[in-house]
Amino acid sequence: MKDKMRKMPTWLSYLINAAFLFLILFGGMQIINSGRLSTYYIRVIILCGINIILALSLNLATGFLGQLPLGHAGFMALGAYSSAIFMRFACNVKMLPPTLMFPVGIVLGGVFAAFIGFLIGIPALRLKGDYLAIITLGFGEIIRVVLLNIDDVLGFKLTYGAASLKNIPKTTNFFNTFLLVGITYYVIHTYIKSRHGRATLAIRDNEIAAESCGINTTYYKTLGFTMSAFFAGIAGALYAGYLGVINPSGFGFMKSIEILVTVVLGGMGSMVGSIISATVLTAVPEMLRAFSQYRMIVYSLLLVVVMIFKPSGLMGNYEFSLTKILNKSGSKKKNKKGGGKNG
Amino acid sequence: MAESKLVPVPSRGMVPERDVSDRPVLETLHLGVDFGGLVAVDEFNMVIGKTEIAGLIGPNGAGKTTVFNLLTKVYQPTRGTILLGDKDTSGMNTSQVCKAGMARTFQNIRLFNDMTVIENVLVGHHNSIAYHTPNAIFRLPSFWREEKEARKRALELLSIFNMEDTAEAKAGSLPYGAQRRLEIVRALATNPTILLLDEPAAGMNPTETAELMENIVKIRDTFNIAILLIEHDMRLVMGICEGIAVLNYGKIIAKGTPEEIKSNPLVIDAYLGKKDDDEVEDDA
Amino acid sequence: MSVFTTIVSQLINGLQTGSVYALIALGYSMVYGIILLLNFAHGDIIMVGAYTAWLFMVNFSQSPIIAVLAAIVASTVLGVVIEKVAYTPLRQAPRLSLLITAIGISFLLENLAQLIFGAGAKPMPKIVNVPSISLGSVSVSGTALVTLVVSVVSMLLLNLLIKRSKMGKAMRAVSEDTGAAQLMGININRTISFTFAVGSALAGIGSVLYSAAYPQASPTMGGMLGLKAFVAAVLGGIGSVPGAVIGGFCIGIAEAGASAVGLSVWKDAVVFIILIIVLIVKPTGLLGRNLQEKV
Repeated sequence: MKDKMRKMPTWLSYLINAAFLFLILFGGMQIINSGRLSTYYIRVIILCGINIILALSLNLATGFLGQLPLGHAGFMALGAYSSAIFMRFACNVKMLPPTLMFPVGIVLGGVFAAFIGFLIGIPALRLKGDYLAIITLGFGEIIRVVLLNIDDVLGFKLTYGAASLKNIPKTTNFFNTFLLVGITYYVIHTYIKSRHGRATLAIRDNEIAAESCGINTTYYKTLGFTMSAFFAGIAGALYAGYLGVINPSGFGFMKSIEILVTVVLGGMGSMVGSIISATVLTAVPEMLRAFSQYRMIVYSLLLVVVMIFKPSGLMGNYEFSLTKILNKSGSKKKNKKGGGKNG
Repeated sequence: MAESKLVPVPSRGMVPERDVSDRPVLETLHLGVDFGGLVAVDEFNMVIGKTEIAGLIGPNGAGKTTVFNLLTKVYQPTRGTILLGDKDTSGMNTSQVCKAGMARTFQNIRLFNDMTVIENVLVGHHNSIAYHTPNAIFRLPSFWREEKEARKRALELLSIFNMEDTAEAKAGSLPYGAQRRLEIVRALATNPTILLLDEPAAGMNPTETAELMENIVKIRDTFNIAILLIEHDMRLVMGICEGIAVLNYGKIIAKGTPEEIKSNPLVIDAYLGKKDDDEVEDDA
Repeated sequence: MSVFTTIVSQLINGLQTGSVYALIALGYSMVYGIILLLNFAHGDIIMVGAYTAWLFMVNFSQSPIIAVLAAIVASTVLGVVIEKVAYTPLRQAPRLSLLITAIGISFLLENLAQLIFGAGAKPMPKIVNVPSISLGSVSVSGTALVTLVVSVVSMLLLNLLIKRSKMGKAMRAVSEDTGAAQLMGININRTISFTFAVGSALAGIGSVLYSAAYPQASPTMGGMLGLKAFVAAVLGGIGSVPGAVIGGFCIGIAEAGASAVGLSVWKDAVVFIILIIVLIVKPTGLLGRNLQEKV
């Protein structure tokens, strides 16, 4: 039907989406400030937000770029440690007003992770599929070992190794977490829906053909990988600022796999899939603490079963769009109206 | 980019009369490649003039597709020079060769299957759209303007093959013939001066092939570009090619107009087997 | 101890762990050669082998010989079952799906072991009862001796199997060109299963030798061990049998070297740095084949 094709103007759809985000942000703030939610629920909600950013960032590398990095938790660790060390330092010497400390710490975490991601990406992305998985896995482990042992080399306390880095200023809250979820979603969405995004998807679909279309594959792979590391770093910084205590063992291979499971279940290439799956996989295990020993078994079984029966993930590459739904319901109403008049 | 070096070798051979005064679009000199110890292509010398339709034929395994891969730098040549217009492509990679004006299709179709038809064409337009990443992320006016412009051009290109209606379909879901046509459109979108077609008529019936022949000529006339094609369908090759090179065992065994090729004994031998071979067998 | 004695004894340490890595690396390499899969679950097969040996010796009070045989049988069966259940349905699927499945299986095995045996390590009774011998000032433990002998013998047998037997020829043919091998009447499925069986049996032997040297079994023991063996396979050139052996010894000696100069907390990092350097300098490894995508 031609009627369904009638779209609202683009600026309006952006406005509606922005309004939706601010509704969530301020509505959420109101509910939390009212004190009706226990700290436990707030904790789960904030962890959901952090895991959504992690899943979205890995989805950029896996779903859109077609690579399989297995050291994503390493980038999260880099973001967490760099921003935590900065915030502790800034807090001690009082060089920044507290309102500025958070944004600077977050950006620092992201930029540092992105920088290391860029350095790793240049050699690693020259290699095909499997080797990239191994090399990133190796780097993830190296990052963990370095965080554990760097103090002995430096001769002073920087990461506190296995003893955990403590007393990180607790700057993360509902508002800034979900603001960053929104920003992450927006940036990845607009990036993918541009000529750069098309180049990225083309590389995923057929690298040789993409190159023959004049696309600098190394550039776009490195760019995508660096962006992915950047957002993982931001998630790490949020995580550090929320818990106040971080330990290298929290960012091991296990965590990388958890993020991968989230992305795969949601659907590689589906941002909404990542959001839903990150929310479910964070909230459900938290609610079912009693069964925590089965959690990883269920995760691994899910991974195998989904790969065998629905390799594209539960949501495939479906994208939910608020404006699309509004468009549809709008045109339906019009149809009904039209029908009424005719009848 | 560094200034490209010019090789002072005069073009010989097959530049069609109508643009003999111009530099050829493509000239290869002593081009060759070895795989391990095996010489796959050797002494490949070819000249293609502007707006020429040239054919590269030869028995299976003669190295035709390897020549395409050398020209587009999917494989790096072991020796020889490739001049694309006045640029020497040595040291370039596949994407740089494409930017320099050479586009190709593939023998086994390589579309971006999970993307839509128009997106496939837009990937071809990639380098003719100029906006940078920040412009895209902040959705600045240049993004909207250039995207709109690119979509318009993509639809125009699709209209060559009357494919505008399938613009929003997944490329992987198209029927075989349409996929082959889409690959040509995508190659044209990169704005080439020479288009390489690897067996464009493979798997097509005589009607479709006849239509394709018309379209190849139409593309040449519309875009004023040179076309080099690999094809086994002799009616197509003899029908539209102005110059033909015959490859056997990685070497050019004959060059000339379709008439010259048809009557060349070396070509007949290559396709039908040498008489000498039979005699040897008889002796034994 | 003189410097010379230290070097020689560290070298023997390196060869001992290196030969275990080599045995495990062979499994990775053979499987990769035949279906282009990084079998992440391979490391966890070692863990299952170790637990089987433990179970037979402690719970069923069997002799070490029976326990060793049981460990090898259990590993072999598990390897083939994993291949049939998880990898066969995905043979036509994209490589990424296969890789993710392998990771899933690896995690499943680790967590099942944790559920059944608990997270803590189980102490392993003595498996090898051979007295140590001294070569001049250097004393070589019985375990090291047995490890070296057993692994060298297994590798020689494997070499014979691949070079001489009919099944070995089939394996080489399938890894060269699956389609052509099928047209020549080779049963692809059986060959692939056989490859998994041989690789897993070697992992079973490796698991016993490893638990003789580090006498404990834990659910996560396969993780790091498998990864390092994998690094060995990549270093030697994945898909190459002699490469896997050379890679295994290199990694073992590099680790012993790192420990000897006081960097033992960094030895995992050293292994991965070696891997990264190899991949950057020579992505196909020391003896690997160069696979170019056909266009």
